[in-house]
Amino acid sequence: MSVEQAVIGAPEEDGAKTTPRHVSRSVTLTIGCVLVGVIVLVAVVSLFWVPFAPEDTSGRRLMPPGLPHLLGTDKLGRDLLTQLMIGARIALAAGAGSVLLGGVIGIAAGLAAGFATRWLDDVVSALLDILIAFPTLLLAMLVAATQAASLTSAIVAIGLAMSAIVARLTRVLVKRVLAQDFITASRTSGTSWPRVVIEHVLPNIWPTLSVNLALQFGLAVLAEASLSYLGLGAPPPNASWGRMLQEAQASVFIAPVGVIAPGVLIVVLVIGVNLIADGFRDVADPTRRRRR
Amino acid sequence: MSLLEVAGLRVRPGDGRDLISDLSFTVDAGGRFGLIGESGSGKSLTALTIMGLLPPGMTASGSVTLDVPGMGRTEIVGAGERRLNRLRGRAASVVFQEPLTALDPLMRIGHQVAGPLRRIQGLRGRALREAVTAALEEVRLAEPGRIAKAYPHEISGGQRQRVAIAMAIACRPALLIADEPTTALDVTVQAEVLALLDGLVSAHSMALLFISHDLAVVSGITDHVLILKDGVAVESGAVLDVVNGPRHPYARELVDSARELDAALDGLNATDGGTR
Ligand SMILES: Nc1ncnc2c1ncn2[C@@H]1O[C@H](COP(=O)(O)OP(=O)(O)O)[C@@H](O)[C@H]1O
Ligand SMILES: [Mg+2]
Repeated sequence: MSVEQAVIGAPEEDGAKTTPRHVSRSVTLTIGCVLVGVIVLVAVVSLFWVPFAPEDTSGRRLMPPGLPHLLGTDKLGRDLLTQLMIGARIALAAGAGSVLLGGVIGIAAGLAAGFATRWLDDVVSALLDILIAFPTLLLAMLVAATQAASLTSAIVAIGLAMSAIVARLTRVLVKRVLAQDFITASRTSGTSWPRVVIEHVLPNIWPTLSVNLALQFGLAVLAEASLSYLGLGAPPPNASWGRMLQEAQASVFIAPVGVIAPGVLIVVLVIGVNLIADGFRDVADPTRRRRR
Repeated sequence: MSLLEVAGLRVRPGDGRDLISDLSFTVDAGGRFGLIGESGSGKSLTALTIMGLLPPGMTASGSVTLDVPGMGRTEIVGAGERRLNRLRGRAASVVFQEPLTALDPLMRIGHQVAGPLRRIQGLRGRALREAVTAALEEVRLAEPGRIAKAYPHEISGGQRQRVAIAMAIACRPALLIADEPTTALDVTVQAEVLALLDGLVSAHSMALLFISHDLAVVSGITDHVLILKDGVAVESGAVLDVVNGPRHPYARELVDSARELDAALDGLNATDGGTR
């Protein structure tokens, strides 16, 4: 008996329609939605209300949790809860923006390479390998050099770096799908190439691709954290969880909340997104669902 | 008048030897032609060439023409993708050997069967749904409603092959190519699917190009056969002539082994009292 079954209990006891795996999948999806939902909610609320102004340094420095600063203050005397709430906005924007940019460019390039003739495919693959070997940090510095460092410049850098990885994965997945019998079979009944892509290729690569994009979302949140620490992300007073985490490190023994809170939030967001992707994959791929 | 005319066909990969050399045969409108050969002899490549769907890197030379009333005469070898796509599903279509891999695992059966009906016959909405149900009923699938909602892995191998047949004949092609349609099926379902194909081809007066490695099966369903070995035709003619007087040693071998199997089965029937 697997752990899953042990935790959830015997399946067919009450003639339930769903198998344990099915149940555990929807639990996965639910937990993921709750985790991400909380952070989205916080981000939305921060647009309208935060306990203190983000640049307000009137509080005492490194205050412990209490009143009026619920979670205490940072080393400049700014309200920690305020910073965390604004950070939610930035983390979501960094993750979603990078995934959108990297996903669209990467999937388009990967599809093109997957369909390309041998020599064009070789050229694109070589380009992708070079791009992937290129550090995101260097890319971010280049992008920041053309315009002032901002959240947008960080997203562009992270998204471009991500697009190469997504393109390489997409290319492999496309090639694998195109080699399948059902593509030839569908073409014998006159399906045109564009329709083959829309009806067969995209749905068949999506289950794997979506899980990878979720992973990339988490990595983008972390990448934004390190970029803003180096001054290549959103400038103050816009707090990024990553920068908060690193700024608070020096005072971890005096004010541990300053490290724990952003750290926990990053982990919650990354895990939440991955749980959602995992749950969605089973929705997208019926062969992974057991028969009722 | 010939529906399909293959003349001096040669198929070769980018490098290496010919996979098919100097192959010629014709299939008349409404006629039934059998292509026999062991695994790797080039049967499937012949079928793909006729559809203009050779794997990338392979080239065909010689001539393959399809002459369909109302669609004109088309030279397949060297034809453009647009021209070919108009023929696929209407002039000719294919039932493949392995129905599990020939169906998209992530698409509901109903949606897959609807594809050619929507594209080629332009059906939409209610008319399309009814045509899908009719297509599934035509291949004797009980509960067409349930099957239409199912995914390929949720139905049996025999049911999947019936679905594949429904898709192939949905738009009444002039030529149906059946590439070992029963090889992947349980012995018990093979006869049913074969009988179904036989009946549908007659009912719609389609021409049939039946591909198999089994002479006994082919001789039961077609009137002309061609025996292929390593991409070369070693014998061809009317089924009766080939079975009664095979000239090429390989053809003789095939006929003998088919006879032996027959005799063995007869013996089995006699001792068993014919129960099996
Ligand atoms: N995509 C391909 N690339 C290279 N060789 C192939 C390909 N498909 C088939 N062949 C070769 O062509 C020959 C004939 O294959 P095929 O037509 O599939 O045989 P059959 O259907 O008679 O079993 C075989 O030797 C096979 O290895
Ligand atoms: Mg074959």
